[in-house]
Amino acid sequence: MLPEIRANVTLDCKGLACPMPIVRTKKAIDQLKAGHVIEVQATDKGSLADMQGWAKNTGHHYLGTVEEGNLLKHYIRKSKLSETKEEKQHPYTICHEELATKMTGEGKITLIDVREPAEYAFNRIKGAISIPLGELEDRIKELNPDDEIFVICRTGSRSDLACQLLTEKGFKKVKNVETGMTGWTGPTEQDNSK
Amino acid sequence: MNSTADLDIMTARELTRIVLAKEKLFILDVRNESDFSDWKIEGESIDIINIPYFNLLDGVDEALEQIPEGTQLLVVCAKEGSSKFVAEQIAEAGRTNVHYLEGGMKAWSEHLEPVKIGELHHGGALYQFVRIGKGCLSYMVVSSGEAAVIDTLRMTDVFEQFAKEHGAQIKHTLDTHLHADHISGGRTLAVRTGATYWLPPKDADEVTFDYEKLEEGHDISVGTTTIRIQPIYSPGHTIGSTSFIIDDQYLLTGDILFIESIGRPDLAGKAEDWVEDLRNTLYNRYQVLSPDLIVLPAHFGKVTELGDDGRVMAKLADLYHNNPGLNIKQEDEFRRVITENLPPQPNAYQEIRQTNMGKITPSVEEQRDMEMGPNRCAVHDK
Repeated sequence: MLPEIRANVTLDCKGLACPMPIVRTKKAIDQLKAGHVIEVQATDKGSLADMQGWAKNTGHHYLGTVEEGNLLKHYIRKSKLSETKEEKQHPYTICHEELATKMTGEGKITLIDVREPAEYAFNRIKGAISIPLGELEDRIKELNPDDEIFVICRTGSRSDLACQLLTEKGFKKVKNVETGMTGWTGPTEQDNSK
Repeated sequence: MNSTADLDIMTARELTRIVLAKEKLFILDVRNESDFSDWKIEGESIDIINIPYFNLLDGVDEALEQIPEGTQLLVVCAKEGSSKFVAEQIAEAGRTNVHYLEGGMKAWSEHLEPVKIGELHHGGALYQFVRIGKGCLSYMVVSSGEAAVIDTLRMTDVFEQFAKEHGAQIKHTLDTHLHADHISGGRTLAVRTGATYWLPPKDADEVTFDYEKLEEGHDISVGTTTIRIQPIYSPGHTIGSTSFIIDDQYLLTGDILFIESIGRPDLAGKAEDWVEDLRNTLYNRYQVLSPDLIVLPAHFGKVTELGDDGRVMAKLADLYHNNPGLNIKQEDEFRRVITENLPPQPNAYQEIRQTNMGKITPSVEEQRDMEMGPNRCAVHDK
């Protein structure tokens, strides 16, 4: 026998299909006190992996799931504000002026453009290397962890994620280009149109 | 709901057409990361990104930033609900040409696209059924009002309907081997149409139902003009694996030989024992066959194996030139390559084998879940 799991709140999502179990859970957890536990009853099998993924991404604590026939009981503990993942920001950034100065300077610099290939093709800073955010992890070997690396995208948010990933992988001198390509007034290039 | 939002449904059939025509399409897959990394929609002209729908509950800005404007967009999830939920928000944000996939990845996994392989000498034709989402291939021989189906997939109504449209009665269903990646529809289809179900006896030790034995020397005829199906014993993927020569033109290789790779010998738990059989089949048994035979496998592993109109086929002689699995000179090197390059096993492959033996009878919904994911029957696939 499994020990009885005590929840502060029970949420009935039986019969609901994806995305509703998570939508309802999110709403319910917003009302919950930090540290309290919610039991979510669902019959959608897909809710298991999604509940785990959602909790992981929001920082709430996924405790586990009990299966009773077709019924899944998910248990999640609402985390304290300090525990939930904030929009994490990479602390080191560089503004356009600084970047422009670096580019005209003596030393070799590495500028990674993490936008999609089509965005890169139409408008990019000369010398920028294209590694779309989705490919960064696979292509990380192309980069030297000891180099000073600048990362750019359209607005600065994808590049922020890229900077976090690089830092996580042991890159030491990574800087996010503030506001990305938006507002860049320096020289750009594009693929020759056919 | 803003009714003016530009949101359309795309069916698995329409998506298949786009993949085969290599039309440009941007896909936002909103399933969780692990499902996405396991299995996704592929196509040479398809760009795809993954943002789980549960990261978009407060708004779709994160997605909008990554979706290029002006490109046809398809939002995809497991069943449909979440993709619709996200697609609606994207359309309401003012984007146009936004679609969601009807029935989600389940429908994608189940869609079969029939393509004609070629005519037969005495009338009739051979058709290939491309299960594009999962990489499975079935075949139908149609001749003089009769039909035989080889490696029938679970969606038996597609075959029944196709035979009906071609004025043919299904007389035989044959499986090249006991499948481990998908549930065979061979027995069900035989029962529904009064056809005979054929299996290689060495794969059928444990089956719980009656079947006819596929054996070398016992040809099967289809139609009054006699299209010959000649079984060739070709062990390696399973101990019973049997290939068919149809109309002296086509070699149906099952899961022994694919276009860009070769079959894996381990799904019935016997990699060490069967790797030798596999080599013998590929390097000796197939060698003596006519090099002009057109090879038609039971799977494809990569979208690059899809040829014109989605057909998966190649001349045996060409495969002896181009397929890396047929060009490993040393036997010990072959053994090493095979055993070291085995991909993860297909989802629920043990349960699938049990189902195909008739030992368990899961519900349709359970069968669907068991079959989710890629086929992974080849050695070189990831």
